[in-house]
Amino acid sequence: MAIRVSGLSKAFDDVQAVADVSFEVSEGELFGLLGPNGAGKTTTINMLTGLARPDSGSIVIGEIDGAENVKAAQHLIGVVPDESNLYPELTGMENLTFCASLYGIRKRERTKRARQLLGDFGLSDAANRKFGGYSKGMKRKLTIAAGIIHRPPILFLDEPTTGIDVASARQIRQLIAALNEDGATILLTTHYIEEAERLCGRIAFIVRGRIVRVDAVPNLLQPLHERHVAVIDLSEPAPIEIEPLISAFPDDRFEMLRTGQLRVESKEPLAVGPIVRLLEEAGIEVSEARRVRPSLEDVFVEVTGIEADAMRREKERVGKSE
Amino acid sequence: MKRWIAFWNILAKDMRSYYLKPPNISWGLIFPFAWTGMFLIRSGGSAGDVLSLLPGVMAISILFGTTSMLAVTITFEKKGRSFERLLLAPIPLDLLMLAKTAGAVLFGIANAFVPVGMAAFLVDLSGVAWAVLVPTVVLLALSSTFVGLFVAVAVREVFEAQTFSNFFRFPMIFLCGLFFPIERLPWAIRPLSYALPLTYGVDAMRGAVIGTRSLPLAVDLPILAAFCIGLFVLSLRNIRAKWIL
Repeated sequence: MAIRVSGLSKAFDDVQAVADVSFEVSEGELFGLLGPNGAGKTTTINMLTGLARPDSGSIVIGEIDGAENVKAAQHLIGVVPDESNLYPELTGMENLTFCASLYGIRKRERTKRARQLLGDFGLSDAANRKFGGYSKGMKRKLTIAAGIIHRPPILFLDEPTTGIDVASARQIRQLIAALNEDGATILLTTHYIEEAERLCGRIAFIVRGRIVRVDAVPNLLQPLHERHVAVIDLSEPAPIEIEPLISAFPDDRFEMLRTGQLRVESKEPLAVGPIVRLLEEAGIEVSEARRVRPSLEDVFVEVTGIEADAMRREKERVGKSE
Repeated sequence: MKRWIAFWNILAKDMRSYYLKPPNISWGLIFPFAWTGMFLIRSGGSAGDVLSLLPGVMAISILFGTTSMLAVTITFEKKGRSFERLLLAPIPLDLLMLAKTAGAVLFGIANAFVPVGMAAFLVDLSGVAWAVLVPTVVLLALSSTFVGLFVAVAVREVFEAQTFSNFFRFPMIFLCGLFFPIERLPWAIRPLSYALPLTYGVDAMRGAVIGTRSLPLAVDLPILAAFCIGLFVLSLRNIRAKWIL
């Protein structure tokens, strides 16, 4: 087992940031911690990496007691925090070689590794530019490179794609997948449900400091395979009365989404036509109706009671203000 | 060996990023130069005056040179979160903080010898007890640096560090016997003078330069060393309590 956490708790004054959190991550696994802002993801990572002291509970990193012997455990881990924390006055190359030196790597070797990583991350051209002048995506990539320059077997990634452009986020996801394929154990926190679904083998949902569900992605999705979902786009996206629909189709579940779309869920294969006809008879114009595959987002909403859209919007607002 | 690679690289980065930058080099030269010039003009500039001023000017140069830089190297990095990167590295906290403060110690020592260089042009320094002066300068640079570290760890903002440093620096200058002999201070304030590391540093340096001191060297140096250890241990405790929550 690469990481074993048991009964981990942490409070700041009157706020219980993390409460009785337990999970295990196997060697070579990519494990996701998924939850909204303030759920306790970063506090959990801080405790696992030695930046915060747990009030109670145990942490085992590799075979080392991570709560008692923090410095020994830090040899085994690489950390990519939620905000880039490299030195703005140093160049990309200098940042990487400096980070390598913190792990006692000799000059020739750290220069070789830095050059290699800059190439792998597509940053060779920016190697001699100051980190402070990098774009957000470049900063994120260099921060990940700095987290792995000492080749740690275990990597902690805290919100690695928050606040960066789509193309950079995609590149970073590919890099994370490649690192995992190369054998690194990765604990990833994210608020992007699709990111967690795409990358992680197992996921823990964390809400208000507590883990409410941990399972492999296929197991989380299994109950949804028996469900049928359709989304109907209205020409004028405004809330409509759904009671007539519920009366006409009592076996189906109707929900008005915040986006102004109508969501229909059924245990039987869905016939969308009669629903659309009923809507149009009531004077509601439909622009599009389509069947959708139930996703991890549906499981997350069901288990946590948190609307995924709201979580995404909140984090994007935080990302923009950074 | 691995730990010393980290130690040396933290020190080298700080020297390159902060201490060897032109504004800091000019500050390191101009500040002691201005103090020395000011005192020399006021005293008339005789050989005896130069020697009697030298310990005080050296002490002030060390105090300001060390404490002013730590607000940047510690508080600024903590606020910008780059200090977290150091805390995440497998380096013991005491070694890490020694590396982070070593630059300030060297900067303070270098500042101390600017007035010495100036004095060398004006008076004969062959009578100076260098074997006493050099260790005293080193100990005073260490203790002043650790005063700066204590302040840097106690605050969140760089401007707070600068303000809070003055809260320590100016009383130290006025109470250490530099401007007024401690014996002539009101009796109620005198204990405060003896609670300041600068008092022992100035006294030991005065003994090394002009041969008169109010306390034996065997008292000055051990007390200065005790201040170094005490302030460093206190700062480490504060870092553990405040930064590793």
